[in-house]
Amino acid sequence: MPKIKLNLEIWRQKNAKSTGAFEPYQLSDIDDDISFLEMLDLLNEKLIKEGKEPIEFDSDCREGICGSCGVIINGQAHGPLQATTTCQLYMRYFNDGDTIVVEPWRAKAFPVIRDLVVDRNAFDRIISSGGYISTKSGPHPDANTHLIPKPVADKAMDDATCIGCGACVAACPNASASLFTSAKISHLGHMPQGQPERSRRVFRMVRQMDLEGFGNCTNIGECRAACPKEISLDTIAQMRRDYLSALKE
Amino acid sequence: MSHPQAKSITTVFKKVIIALSGLGLVGFVVVHLLGNLTLLRSDGSAFNAYAAKLEGLGGLLAVAEVGLLFVFLTHIGSTLTTKKRNLSARPVAYRQWKSKGGDTPSNSSSRNMAISGSLILIFLILHIWQFRFGPGMSQGYVATQGQEQIRDLYRLVVETLKNPLMAAFYSLVMVLLGLHLRHGIWSALQSLGLTRPRTLKPLRLAGAVIGVVLGVGFLMIPAWIYFGVSN
Ligand code: HEM
Ligand code: FES
Repeated sequence: MPKIKLNLEIWRQKNAKSTGAFEPYQLSDIDDDISFLEMLDLLNEKLIKEGKEPIEFDSDCREGICGSCGVIINGQAHGPLQATTTCQLYMRYFNDGDTIVVEPWRAKAFPVIRDLVVDRNAFDRIISSGGYISTKSGPHPDANTHLIPKPVADKAMDDATCIGCGACVAACPNASASLFTSAKISHLGHMPQGQPERSRRVFRMVRQMDLEGFGNCTNIGECRAACPKEISLDTIAQMRRDYLSALKE
Repeated sequence: MSHPQAKSITTVFKKVIIALSGLGLVGFVVVHLLGNLTLLRSDGSAFNAYAAKLEGLGGLLAVAEVGLLFVFLTHIGSTLTTKKRNLSARPVAYRQWKSKGGDTPSNSSSRNMAISGSLILIFLILHIWQFRFGPGMSQGYVATQGQEQIRDLYRLVVETLKNPLMAAFYSLVMVLLGLHLRHGIWSALQSLGLTRPRTLKPLRLAGAVIGVVLGVGFLMIPAWIYFGVSN
């Protein structure tokens, strides 16, 4: 199995208040079948053995479904691959001797807590402002009592795949949360249970998104390229349609 | 149902204002280009006649000018405040930022709208000062149309654009206008929620083509006058 050696430049920051800086590290003997996070684990083991503070980063599922592991790798959210989370990025996509710069998500609404870990509670507050259905939908209905066209069901499902990782915000030159917010709005707005609160939901979630200090979308589309779940840009258009039709009420 | 939130100008609503004012300006730019194509008739009589006809509208022209100024100020105000918000949304810049590529609208046009727009703004101030408030009949810019004497705006345009510096600056801004609209036209449709899953890509392509055509159309004018017209 090929082994590679890397030069790493990693953002170190003690806490939310301190000013951080990049620290250089060297790591050799990296099996190219391990993931990016496993590579960071190896580096941390080495640091611990040397009596140094390990690098803090978030991870949970390590299989691309929880959304906690995002970092900026050489200027790209979740690294160079499309439709991939950091935990699903393997070291075979890097070359022996590469220098890799690792930074946390950067946005006013995502303050750095420590090293590569940012506070993404702003997303939770957007969800609690309206990203739910409070009507009781009752027991499982009989088949075919609610006819839903396949494209509508597919769209709801596609938008429901958002894992809230924050890569859209991190990759956006405007640090806008429009792809995340619209995915939630569009997901619930395409379901029958989501209709009663549809207008209220879009107003509240857009307002909360603004209050958190995210930027405004200028339709650049970097979010779409960085999204590990490939949420489509027409989702943002859907949010705007919902907003405009809610205004007419 | 009334929502208290509906009254505040949210980012989504702001984009509607930007899009409507931007599309209004696109409408103006199309009409302006069509009128200016008369400059390509080298004796200048067609252009002067067109300019005199506009001038002859009197009150109607004044209303149109005020309306246009309003649309410009709306566009500039809403885009620059958006830019300000977006700059403050990322207080600490990335040490390194690289596009993730893929099939997205991310390109030099979409990422630099404020730069192209601001240069267009600087150009507009110069342009209006040079022509709208520039020398007229009393300064000797007189052409005859039948029995009548009208302003020789054509001569002023040719004199201005024969200056290599001016020709270069006008050409540069026309390129920037094309780049602004390469992203702008599609972007406005997206901001208004008019794109659908299946129409998103065709509209993006159509918007880019129309934008570039408008830019090239305007670029023809300084190029034609600088290289083509003898004086
Ligand atoms: C003839 C002149 C102009 C035309 C035809 C035009 C047209 C447009 C259009 C159609 C858009 C897209 C709107 C949207 O995405 O919703 C746009 C965006 C923009 N324009 Fe202009 N524009 C012009 C002049 C200017 C000027 C003078 C400025 C600068 C001060 C400017 C700054 C911007 C910026 C920053 C954006 C991006 C804003 C955003 O997407 O949120 N534009 N323009
Ligand atoms: S750790 Fe769960 S998505 Fe990467």
